[in-house]
Amino acid sequence: MNERRLRILVAKPGLDGHDRGAKIVARAFRDAGFEVIYTGLRQTPEQIVNTAIQEDVDAVSLSILSGAHNTLFPRVIDLLRQKGAEDMPVFGGGIIPDDDIPGLKQAGVDEIFTPGASTEDIIAWVKQNVHPRA
Amino acid sequence: MSLAQRILQGEIRAAARLMRDVDDGIASATRELKELYPHTGKAYIIGVTGPPGAGKSTLTDKLIETYRSQGKTVAVVAVDPTSPFSGGAILGDRIRMNRHATDEGVFIRSLGTRGHLGGLSNSANDIIHIFDAMGWDVILVETVGVGQDEVEIVRTAHTSVVVMVPGLGDEIQAIKAGILEIGDVFTVNKADRPDADRTARELETMIAMVMRPESDWTPPVVKSVAQKVEGVADLVARIDDHHRYLVNSGKMHQHEKFYSAQRFADLLKERLFAEVHQCLSDNGRLSETVDAIARRELDPYTAVETILDDALQCAMRKNRLT
Ligand SMILES: Nc1nc2c(ncn2[C@@H]2O[C@H](COP(=O)(O)OP(=O)(O)O)[C@@H](O)[C@H]2O)c(=O)[nH]1
Ligand SMILES: [Mg+2]
Repeated sequence: MNERRLRILVAKPGLDGHDRGAKIVARAFRDAGFEVIYTGLRQTPEQIVNTAIQEDVDAVSLSILSGAHNTLFPRVIDLLRQKGAEDMPVFGGGIIPDDDIPGLKQAGVDEIFTPGASTEDIIAWVKQNVHPRA
Repeated sequence: MSLAQRILQGEIRAAARLMRDVDDGIASATRELKELYPHTGKAYIIGVTGPPGAGKSTLTDKLIETYRSQGKTVAVVAVDPTSPFSGGAILGDRIRMNRHATDEGVFIRSLGTRGHLGGLSNSANDIIHIFDAMGWDVILVETVGVGQDEVEIVRTAHTSVVVMVPGLGDEIQAIKAGILEIGDVFTVNKADRPDADRTARELETMIAMVMRPESDWTPPVVKSVAQKVEGVADLVARIDDHHRYLVNSGKMHQHEKFYSAQRFADLLKERLFAEVHQCLSDNGRLSETVDAIARRELDPYTAVETILDDALQCAMRKNRLT
């Protein structure tokens, strides 16, 4: 009972209308024993960051298909920093060209999963890198 | 500065953190809750319950909007089921309400049941206290909505709203789930579907049947289409009526006493069991006793009676030391 359970926000920023990938990740996280806060489609970075803070999550997982990853990821990270939550890991996936990955990591994204990654890969990474915030 | 002090100054992150500590059963949370308790008792608590998919979250979203337009601040506690297989959960009530995430007058918190029965989570009441102490005007509590035994909301909320949907078979469902007794206000949501009028009339009849003769509040039945904000003003007006009724009839006091009694009993049970159980397993008597019961050398009734005295003394000694 008195045990930290991992809480992860699965968010879908941007204007595209598909959340299949995000839902698959959410279900895989649930089955791995994580508590997933799922916000649905078309979330703004401001909504995502406020949600992360109100829900006291341990990490933010973003799923981006719209091609706007180079603006959306850094924006979320910047807002987290402004709210004093820079320690919160941010990772994500979607259709992201390999060439963009170094820049995103530079901007503070902890990990990027390209469409080839399995949910097992993602869960293994989370278990290794995300810890309940003390 | 303690978490409690930061919370009393309105700090969102501190509140979010303490809610987490409470939910995770971290011992230090109790200290903070003690500090917050004197500041509670001001918020109006509204429960939203009913079967899955009835439109509780959508309606909650519209209630947030309405209370915000009246200038009130709104906190939401939204409970969704935890998977009994993995212990994980997908908490998805926010999908319907997250447009309010950037409104500083709104704070939404999602909770998993984590094995707790009764429609809420084990932590829900403490989390409501945290919101209350922080000064949120209205606290909306969306229950899990499994439909059965969602009785906890009645003692927690000042006004419980039961959300139903049109359709045959509702009457039997409602009685089975004991849902008629828990509502102060009913809404037949999805009234854009056929049979809403009939369901509303049937509900009114059934409510009249289960009403206690001494009761002077007849739960009203409204119809709503949550997505289109139809009937929401009517629903809010009925909630206000119920609030006024509680205040004018003196039932508000009764409610606080009833709630306090329940809450105290719950905490006592929880704590007493945990302490006693711990002592018994520490001194080895637990496994000894269980073995004896299994071998039919001892019956479980006598075992409890004989062990109680011993265990209570052990728990008392331990508490004096710590
Ligand atoms: N037709 C119709 N659908 C509705 C209405 N209210 C909610 N819904 C839909 O019913 C589904 C379940 O709603 P939700 O609020 O999540 O229900 P909950 O499980 O009780 O919280 C969603 O797809 C809503 O869009 C309504 O008044 N009419
Ligand atoms: Mg819901």
